[in-house]
Amino acid sequence: LAPWVPVVGLEIHAQISSNSKLFSGSQVQFAAPPNSLVSFFDASLPGTLPVLNRRCVEAAVMTGLALNCSINKKSLFDRKHYFYADLPAGYQITQQRVPIAVNGSLSYSLCIDSKMSQMVTKTVRIKQIQLEQDSGKSLHDDTRSQTLVDLNRAGVGLMEVVMEPDMCCGEEAAAAVRELQLILQTLGSSQAVMAEGQLRVDANVSVHHPGEPYGVRTEVKNINSIRFLAKAIDYEIQRQIEELENGGTILNETRAFDSKLGCTVPMRDKEGKQDYRFMPEPNLPPLILYDAKSLPANMNHQQVINIDWIHERLPDLPSVKRKKLVEQYGILPEHSFTLLNEDGLAEFFENVLKRTQMKPKRVIGWILNDLLSYLKQHSLPVKDSPVSSFLLADLLNLLEKKEISSTAAKQVLAELWKGEGKTPLEIVKEQKLELLQDQKELEQICQAVIDGQENEVIMMVLG
Amino acid sequence: AALNDGLRSQVSAALKEGRVSPTELCQRCLALIKSTKFLNAYITVVEETALKQAEESEERYKRGQPLGILDGVPITVKDNFNTAGIETTCASNMLKGYISPYNATVVQKLLDQGAVLLGKTNLDEFAMGSGSTDGVFGPVRNPWSYSKQYKEKSVPKSHSEDEESNWVITGGSSGGSAAAVSSFTCFAALGSDTGGSTRNPAAHCGVVGLKPTYGLISRHGLIPLVNSMDVPGILTRCVDDAAVLLGSLAGHDPKDSTTIQDDFKPFELPNLTDVSKLSIGIPKEYHAPGLSSEILALWSKAADLFKNAGAKVVEVSLPHTRYSIVCYHVLCTAEVASNMARFDGLEYGHRSDMKDSTESMYAATRREGFNDVVRGRILSGNYFLLKQNYEKYFVKAQKVRRLIANDFVKVFRSGVDILLTPTTLSDAAPYTEFIQEDNRTRSAQDDILTQAANMAGLPAINVPTALSERGLPVGLQFIGRSFQEKQLLTVAKWFEKQVQFPMIQLEEVKRHDSDVFQHQKSASFS
Repeated sequence: LAPWVPVVGLEIHAQISSNSKLFSGSQVQFAAPPNSLVSFFDASLPGTLPVLNRRCVEAAVMTGLALNCSINKKSLFDRKHYFYADLPAGYQITQQRVPIAVNGSLSYSLCIDSKMSQMVTKTVRIKQIQLEQDSGKSLHDDTRSQTLVDLNRAGVGLMEVVMEPDMCCGEEAAAAVRELQLILQTLGSSQAVMAEGQLRVDANVSVHHPGEPYGVRTEVKNINSIRFLAKAIDYEIQRQIEELENGGTILNETRAFDSKLGCTVPMRDKEGKQDYRFMPEPNLPPLILYDAKSLPANMNHQQVINIDWIHERLPDLPSVKRKKLVEQYGILPEHSFTLLNEDGLAEFFENVLKRTQMKPKRVIGWILNDLLSYLKQHSLPVKDSPVSSFLLADLLNLLEKKEISSTAAKQVLAELWKGEGKTPLEIVKEQKLELLQDQKELEQICQAVIDGQENEVIMMVLG
Repeated sequence: AALNDGLRSQVSAALKEGRVSPTELCQRCLALIKSTKFLNAYITVVEETALKQAEESEERYKRGQPLGILDGVPITVKDNFNTAGIETTCASNMLKGYISPYNATVVQKLLDQGAVLLGKTNLDEFAMGSGSTDGVFGPVRNPWSYSKQYKEKSVPKSHSEDEESNWVITGGSSGGSAAAVSSFTCFAALGSDTGGSTRNPAAHCGVVGLKPTYGLISRHGLIPLVNSMDVPGILTRCVDDAAVLLGSLAGHDPKDSTTIQDDFKPFELPNLTDVSKLSIGIPKEYHAPGLSSEILALWSKAADLFKNAGAKVVEVSLPHTRYSIVCYHVLCTAEVASNMARFDGLEYGHRSDMKDSTESMYAATRREGFNDVVRGRILSGNYFLLKQNYEKYFVKAQKVRRLIANDFVKVFRSGVDILLTPTTLSDAAPYTEFIQEDNRTRSAQDDILTQAANMAGLPAINVPTALSERGLPVGLQFIGRSFQEKQLLTVAKWFEKQVQFPMIQLEEVKRHDSDVFQHQKSASFS
């Protein structure tokens, strides 16, 4: 059987973290009462006009720079037309002709094996980033034959990040999205929490034989977590391969991922071949951005965005942070990944290091093996850990000063985990876990043991 | 003070000196509106709030603290401008009963300066048309139909024929506003201008109609026809008044991203005496097919007027003029298709009772809510925007638009200051004749002289010039450079003074306001 080459591309919508919407002043807030955050413009009242939100542009520029894109100094807004209950104006304002950023790249890492001991770095090309409006939400109430529409989300700013089909499987896609999520969170341009709809991923999947042209692709939607993303993609790849090997064909269709069944199904709400009748948005002039060179001297700097100014103020991206952790503390690269992957874990680690003399290479084991597994077992985020960095540092200091053994330390940790407010020292004293340092005392104990086990000792001496 | 007084020169002074009170003015206008109801110029009259505003104005005058020239001045606004708490219909079933929750910026500005809003005026549905005949509230009648001047000249074809069937149209689409100003029921009115919708009815109703430069006055709150061409229009009885209104409305609006950022300084118009430094361009392409010999003669006479006064008058060419109608048709319908997409019956406006599905509800709502004209333009527009047609039509039209705009740039660069053209092809047609052809045909015919200015975003003004043989108004148009309204209006004012356009002699007005005829101009241009 000829091998199959799966090809995976991604369209990611990240909600911009801003106080107000992309083109209007109404607030951006998750889970507010329905239709409580809707301005006249959001509701498409006749005569209202869009006004571009500066913060949203800055977020897109930051993201573009972090993804190594060229920032277009002139970009344009367009209308994309279709009728739907959650799209009040009958069109979405987006950037179809000239988006704000193009031609970037994202590097991400994968574990070669399941032991997380070898990592390989891959790159996916970023085709473009465009600014566009989010739609409202519609809920279908079949029992009453009605549709309920909530426009709170209508008009919230989105960055659509298009990743070229450089990925080959669910794992790669998941890793790429995870890295993007971390970058967005580091920049603050999006909170990128998938569960709150701040990060939505659609996957484009196709398969072909090596040397042949790309196959027909399907679009997979309705993916609610990174884990499901990998599952959905892998399922779809398998489905397509099976279909083609059985002599079938792949339709260029949109499929939804059913997380309960673990498979993709054709979407009932098929739009068919839609002609969106793109047209320039006449109420928004071209978006002009400047850099240090092109910035006119007499321009009011509140009225303009300077790309270089933003570039200078970018925070350390995750890849840089990881490198620093490895260089500074001598930990392994894969350790740095785990540290950054858990929200707050890197800070926790560094806080412990501040308070202990124990070497980082040793501390990391306690963080990643012990603390993290407790957190995972109880499904707790780092910030809700009953064991604070203070407590753990105190514990590790006892171990470092050889006042307790490693085994004892684990026992103390288990006790600390109960969160009863006791300090490590208190627990050690309570449970009499102190290591004996006194040679004489040790000899006495050993002698007592030997004395109590005379027969066994004789057997051992005799061989 | 009389209802035909100029704002700056007479009304303001009269109000300040207490010779007339805002409530008096308001009441007189309201009474006249009632007695001229047959004109059908108004869709909504807000008597209570108007009188309240007038009272508040009166208080300010008593305290010696008027807000400005417009304080206490009765005005009206075309019914495609949003007015808070007041029905805003666009003369369409789609928005019948729609109470807007906010004021358009221009409305807010007028109210902030103490103007008294009398009501909302009639128009072609969604401003689509050149007759003000295609709205759901019926056609607007040109006040000149009832003027002594027209009645004297019209020969009844038979005994049974009376003025009922003889009345002429106002032109459009801002016909209600033009009629309101023309019949003295207000001192100024707002219209809109996308292809000539302020200048055309101004010409037919014998009033001043100003289309400002695109980007000078905010469109926030103006329900759009073509976003890239629409401007709020100003209708007044003299050029000075237009300058007053312009001064109170122009300037950057953060709510409208297409307004320019530059500071705008309101100006008073100088009394031009020496036109020798002026260069007037006469574009030969505006000698359009169908131009009446009467208007051609008037245009020629006007050119001579400037020449004899020492101005340089040159023939110029705007070679792409003949493509402008088709170009406009493509771009206009495309934007209409887009702008009308929001009318789906869900959030506001008419919603059909059809409940079978969302799609069927949309379809029924839009069929019920829009008239033929609107639906026709939506269909055309969507056709032009289809992926396979976009390059051929929309992009091509954008390019042609650039060529049309460049024609003007070249001409103005060659030393010409102002262009002088006719505004309409003929005087106002009788309604029965006008409706013989459909809206699209009429619009294509009537827009030809006005709509290139919208393509190029240039300021243009209709100045009433003379009466036709039928006793109806004929106006001429001046087109100026971008943002050079001061120069444009200065020249227009000079011309207005030369031609001494006669005042309409309306029986209803005479009954209400005998003062009006004190200032009657006897000399006329034709």
